[in-house]
Amino acid sequence: MTPRGAAPWLRFSVALLLVGMFAALAWVLLGLPPRSAGLQPQVAAQMAVSGVDHPVTAVLLNFRGYDTLLEMAVLLLACLGVWSLSPAVPPTDETPGAMLAALPRQLVPLMVLMAGYLLWRGATGPGGAFQAGAVLGAAGVLLLLTGWRLPVRWQGWRLRLLLIAGVGMFVLVALAVVPASGVLLGYPLPVAGTLILLIEALAGLSIGVTLMALFLGGEPGASR
Amino acid sequence: MAAEHVSLLPVLLIFLPLIGALLSFVFRRRAAGLGIATAVAVFVIAIALAFSLTRPQRYPVGGWGAPLGIDLVVDGLSLIMLLMSATVGLGVSLYAGGYFHARPQLARAFWPLWLGLWTALNGLFLAADIFNLYVTLELLGLSAVALAALGGSAAALGGAMRYLLVSLLGSLLYLLGVALLYHAFGSVDIALLGERASAQPVTLAALVLMTVGLILKTALFPFHFWLPPAHASASSPVSALLSALVVKASFYILLRLWLEIFEPLNPGRGVTELLGLLGALAVLWGSLQALRQTRLKLLIAYSTVAQLGYLFLGFPLAAAVGPAAWQAVIYLALSHALAKAALFMAAGNIVLFGGHDRIADLDRVVQRLPLSLAAFAIAGISLMGLPPSGGFIGKWLLLEAAIEAGQWWWVVIILIGGMLAAAYLFKVIGFAFTRAPVSHEANAVPPVMEWTALVLAVGTVLLGLWVSPLLAWLATGNPFGVGP
Amino acid sequence: MSVAVLYAVTGLGLFSLGLYALIVRAHLLRKILALNIMGSGVFLVLTALARRAPDGPPDPVPHAMVITGIVVAVAATALALVLLRRVVETTGQPRLPDPDSE
Repeated sequence: MTPRGAAPWLRFSVALLLVGMFAALAWVLLGLPPRSAGLQPQVAAQMAVSGVDHPVTAVLLNFRGYDTLLEMAVLLLACLGVWSLSPAVPPTDETPGAMLAALPRQLVPLMVLMAGYLLWRGATGPGGAFQAGAVLGAAGVLLLLTGWRLPVRWQGWRLRLLLIAGVGMFVLVALAVVPASGVLLGYPLPVAGTLILLIEALAGLSIGVTLMALFLGGEPGASR
Repeated sequence: MAAEHVSLLPVLLIFLPLIGALLSFVFRRRAAGLGIATAVAVFVIAIALAFSLTRPQRYPVGGWGAPLGIDLVVDGLSLIMLLMSATVGLGVSLYAGGYFHARPQLARAFWPLWLGLWTALNGLFLAADIFNLYVTLELLGLSAVALAALGGSAAALGGAMRYLLVSLLGSLLYLLGVALLYHAFGSVDIALLGERASAQPVTLAALVLMTVGLILKTALFPFHFWLPPAHASASSPVSALLSALVVKASFYILLRLWLEIFEPLNPGRGVTELLGLLGALAVLWGSLQALRQTRLKLLIAYSTVAQLGYLFLGFPLAAAVGPAAWQAVIYLALSHALAKAALFMAAGNIVLFGGHDRIADLDRVVQRLPLSLAAFAIAGISLMGLPPSGGFIGKWLLLEAAIEAGQWWWVVIILIGGMLAAAYLFKVIGFAFTRAPVSHEANAVPPVMEWTALVLAVGTVLLGLWVSPLLAWLATGNPFGVGP
Repeated sequence: MSVAVLYAVTGLGLFSLGLYALIVRAHLLRKILALNIMGSGVFLVLTALARRAPDGPPDPVPHAMVITGIVVAVAATALALVLLRRVVETTGQPRLPDPDSE
């Protein structure tokens, strides 16, 4: 039996209610001041001491870096949750066709290069750890789809270490700068750019590996 | 950019469990040891914070300060919540050490998830920024769902799925409120929003969205439907965490937003009366459902629905008599956390011992698990609101507020709720004394699991005796304002 | 109505459509998709209104918030999908079990 959903009268009343909600909220948005700079002036004023040249990266890794640290923890915890729920979906034995086998050989090196570029680019323009991690994760998914399997020796603590590397480095830096600046995550200015790049590099790597691990749908090598 | 020297203790309360989570994930075989060591350290730091906090502290992460950066704030209200999570957290950690000892497969998933959940809780109680609260709320929700599903049974998985959908819906409603507030007033810092927000449509819209999102997560009647299956079908240490701590977190956010942003704008008596009415219905409905249950853990879970209802009586009563009502509510929340953790632990012992939780077949548990049954009874005294217990003090303060406000109908609800609690708890205790036709499997229960349940239950009695120091801590920084 | 507000209202529309599907659809995959659409709606509201700066670049803070929000959404979706697979494995049904049937 396929799930059907709600009865017609219920659908109608829900729809009516939501149209009302939409109209009310749209009216609220129309009433907002048409011009507002938000926090843009404050960000611009502190860009010189942020260690990077791109405002979004400055907010993500410096001004609101604490949010980003916790958000990396969210991604890691989701992966832990997935692992606790089920072992990895067993791979099929199908051998990919010639096209499919050739594809990753051409694409994956390019994608890794692209990820590295995006990471580097984040300091001055749109880019950074998340974009790089997403491309890296996509490369991993592509490999998995074309018959590549995670080697057994990489399934144990090595994989776990890669998964926590991003949050781990973030936590390490957050606490290590306390003696120098007196405050959590307060990067001393001369090394701010370097520290941010260091965090981003490991964060990008961890995000990529985590996305690939999530795609496996469970813990590789685990049994139930 | 170096700020004046502020204590690092609040920061450690967030980072220690996070580091513990990472280490227990990498070093799996040592997970239980690392987890318990972390729990002890967090407890000690929370106590140290309580004794060193003389005035509220604001900690600018990164040294930027609001509105550009994120601030952490610790005042009396956050302190009491941190102490609550530290005490219950330590108790559950010790209990889980015994519970998961025979289940290494589950243990290695439990420890990092639970320490991640603890990170989220402490981060949430310290946050002073509504977007940072969103991130902690998601960290909390996802780790709670993963923990709820650990049991692996069809009931646990279904309960966890429903829990996840509700939790995500609540977060998104909350986040839309955050977006409206930020774009209207240019900040996500709670204190700055309190200064800048004015009574206009956008504020009201944010109030409605965030309140609905948060009461969904707090399982206030009629949004309680997801709680009993999720809490009752989880493994027992997880049930204790979910019922004692996790539902309090979203209530805490609601209270903070209400006190600092929305209440000063006088949104009108309609809102406070409605929340109070839903709270009253939760007390009645949850208690009646608890009375109907035939399974012990479901009974305790419905009791959580009822006990959460009392917290919402604070809204109409605080509108009438001021901060005294919130003191009562926080006291009730704290007592409920200890009592409910003890109840779920005791129930877990009974399930482990007998292999089931059918109330009618509790075959003379009193002779076989006397410590667990004592824990159940003592925690029950606090839930019923009888002296000497934290639950008694909380209800007494709440009754005082209701009488002072001249709103006798809340008095009636509080008294009926207490009587119904007595009825459903005595039902359990009665069956624990009688012989049942079904014989038990009789598995051994590790002593640490019995003692932690008992110690937390005795904690509710201590809450009934240490009233003035606790209320003095709670008053640090005057979190509830000066009243009308 | 400025372009920024038009996009933001579109975001509200997505939010409302997603909420409708979340409530009335029973299939869990549809519910998970519905939550993702709601999330995209909120992200659109956040970023669109950041474009109201008088002259100069848009406000970067909501952009950073949306990146954070997207990562959270990815994490939640992954957990939800694996949970869905486990629910199907144990009950044979891609829908929520009736809580009263236990």
